[in-house]
Amino acid sequence: MSATPPLDWAAHFARLADSARDPRLQAYYRAGAPAADTPLNELPLLALDVETTGLDPQQHAIVSLGLVPFDLRRIRCAEARYWVVKPSSELSSESVTYHHITHSDIRHAPALGQILDELLTAMAGRLMVVHYRNIERGFLDQALRQHLGEGLSFPLIDTMELEARLHPKRQPGWLGKLLGRQPTSIRLADSRLRYNLPPYTAHHALSDALATAELLQAQVATHYSAATTVGELWS
Amino acid sequence: MQIELLEIRDHLNRFPPFDNLPEDSLDAIARQVEVAYFKAGTDILLYGAPIHELHYVRSGAVEIYRRSGELYNRLSEGDIFGQAGLLRSNKVRFPARAIEDSLIYFIPGALFGQLCEQFDSFAEFVEAEGQSRLKSAVESQGKASGLIQLKVRKLLGRAPVCASQDTPVQQAAQLMTEQGVSSLVIIDTPPAGQAAAMVGILTDRDLRTRVLAEGLPGSTPVSQVMSPNPVTIQADDSVFEAMLCMLRHNIHHLPVVQRRRPIGLINLTDIIRYESQSSLSLVNSIFNQSDVAGLQSLLPDLRGTYVRMVNDQATAHMIGSAMAGIGRAFIQRLLELGEQQLGPAPVPYCFMVAGSMARDEQLLVTDQDNALVLDDRFDPAQHDAYFAALAQFVSDGLAACGYSYCKGGIMASNRQWRQPLRVWREYFSQWIEQPKPQALLNSCIFFDLDGVYGEIELVDNLKELLADKASASPAFLAALARNALNRTPPLGFFRTFVMETDGQHRHIINLKGRGTAPLTDLIRVHALACGSRAQNSLERLDDIGKTKLLQPEALAQLRYALEFLSMVRIRHQARAIEDGLEPNNYIEPDKVSASERHNLKEAFGVLSNAQKFLRFRYPGQPG
Repeated sequence: MSATPPLDWAAHFARLADSARDPRLQAYYRAGAPAADTPLNELPLLALDVETTGLDPQQHAIVSLGLVPFDLRRIRCAEARYWVVKPSSELSSESVTYHHITHSDIRHAPALGQILDELLTAMAGRLMVVHYRNIERGFLDQALRQHLGEGLSFPLIDTMELEARLHPKRQPGWLGKLLGRQPTSIRLADSRLRYNLPPYTAHHALSDALATAELLQAQVATHYSAATTVGELWS
Repeated sequence: MQIELLEIRDHLNRFPPFDNLPEDSLDAIARQVEVAYFKAGTDILLYGAPIHELHYVRSGAVEIYRRSGELYNRLSEGDIFGQAGLLRSNKVRFPARAIEDSLIYFIPGALFGQLCEQFDSFAEFVEAEGQSRLKSAVESQGKASGLIQLKVRKLLGRAPVCASQDTPVQQAAQLMTEQGVSSLVIIDTPPAGQAAAMVGILTDRDLRTRVLAEGLPGSTPVSQVMSPNPVTIQADDSVFEAMLCMLRHNIHHLPVVQRRRPIGLINLTDIIRYESQSSLSLVNSIFNQSDVAGLQSLLPDLRGTYVRMVNDQATAHMIGSAMAGIGRAFIQRLLELGEQQLGPAPVPYCFMVAGSMARDEQLLVTDQDNALVLDDRFDPAQHDAYFAALAQFVSDGLAACGYSYCKGGIMASNRQWRQPLRVWREYFSQWIEQPKPQALLNSCIFFDLDGVYGEIELVDNLKELLADKASASPAFLAALARNALNRTPPLGFFRTFVMETDGQHRHIINLKGRGTAPLTDLIRVHALACGSRAQNSLERLDDIGKTKLLQPEALAQLRYALEFLSMVRIRHQARAIEDGLEPNNYIEPDKVSASERHNLKEAFGVLSNAQKFLRFRYPGQPG
């Protein structure tokens, strides 16, 4: 259970639809957000992962995005999307070793602005699911500010935050430390292991999106129920 | 836009039937897959529910049930299910439940249908129920081997040179010289209008050893010096069978007949031309060795021959027969050498082998199991010292050549197993008439028996006694059946849940102890019940088939299971030799390929079902 009372995202989206200037953003907000008491099993979901040139949305930029539509029953690979985009900031060599997207990969890639249409259409009417919300939220917001002159806000379920709730005391106590216990990791790969999900290649936006979708299915199957309301999980 | 779902594509690519699909088909599947997570204990498919997708286990474990609720199969990573319903009524036939947290891929039925239509191998794999998948795995083995496909007639060059049985040997030798042949087929002189029949064979060697060396005149009729009633082979038999026949009888010339009419003659060199470094040439070298050290030096050749047969995709039956033939040759040569040292035997005897060599199912890792059956004129006080020495010589020689001493003491060097026929008949009578399962555990090895050297009739006498008495003794058969049920297949063989661990605590499956051995045990019980005199398991299955004791499908399943389990064992040993390790019978399931694992599970399933039938047929068994 999250500490803050659930946001009324549906009302917020209605206001944003009115105040947005860009027609694509207006269309996105008009598709609406679910009411907080909607059961999870009725919700169309969209797992999203972005790979970036660094961790700070102000300085760094998106290099790839992966999307996988799903719900609690099925993950639909047929509708998955993946883009490599030309980042607005330089690729650093550290980030290249991380996500393996190189200068030659992005030479002919579109700028993010060119895929925004498709991205917003894919997102419309679906609740976003990410692992570590600060990245996806921060970078998408910043990218839209750059390309459209106005930001983007959206509700999401953060599978990492769900893991953090399940493991509130991740640091081992003094006895645990003495016994050499490691802190409980809530990183994507480590979280998946706890649900016996197979290891995947990390830091590929599409693989990570798929991995995140599977993780949410596993978390709900293990700790929640299909009737759990979205208000209990989102932020 | 190309969506790269490499995680999915690359995983499918590792498992049958997807591993044989072209890249673009794999991409197409990966692009259309749906995925779902199932917590351990949740149902995936319910009986009778509509089904429109092929299911694929990406991770975890799934149990498949019969409608009755009985466990049908246990699946793990890379296995598929749901195809039975998809192929027929689009209703679930076998319900499925996750028994571990599982990730399942769903492949749309339409795509599944396309794959079946486009790729025969895919269709065969998914349509295969039960034995048929095992069947195709077994049948692909041996296909590549030329020997089993090549008919003897293909090796025949010219028509045989024939001479009638009253031809003088000098004239016969002239004929052979004129015709440039090293052997003659000797025929009778039939009444007018009838075809002549073959009565013997005369070779260069016969002329040397039986005519010249004996100082016989050139006028001697060939009928006196020929080898009468020669072993023959049918023209349509395979070259492989010809090879086995030569191995078994240690002969170098084999007349080929069409029904009864001799149409040619093949000799060792004909086959060796096709099979250089063959098991036959090894047998030849065995007989050319003049001492134990020489025989011992052939050990690398023995292993080389074995590995080469495996790499040539010979069948388990071919390899088992060839290895048994080579083993026999070692024994025969050792006995010849032993007789040279110790002098001729004081009374006739037969050197008998038991177990896998008698069944023609020998592999590399094998004990020597042998015995001596002596003529009833045997007098222990006078003669036993000789036979004890001979037996010891053979036993030590075999051990030097890699056939380790039998831990159970089943060796002719052991006085108990060096007895006249009369005592052997008592042994067998007692085993059969007063069966005690515990005692039979030790003597069971003698229910596969074969004479290798000497007066073969002595052992044939015991074979007949066993076949005749066993089929008439329900108590004996029941005791044997009980012993045959002692060892069960590892049905728990599944991912990491293997029942045994080896000395280094690795999970292992004993392929012999939990596979081929209980299978041959079970076949032996049925064969003896049918009065079969055959020793080889496949020949025993043929005999069982004639009596309708088992259904043809059940027999076919047993045949495939035996061949497959033997082949896995054989390949495992061949790989060990190639890697410079000591071959053994233990496989680590983790290291088994996915397709081999599928077939192993099926083969173990066949064994388990056959054991159920045995228990049903001989009730009152414990367990």
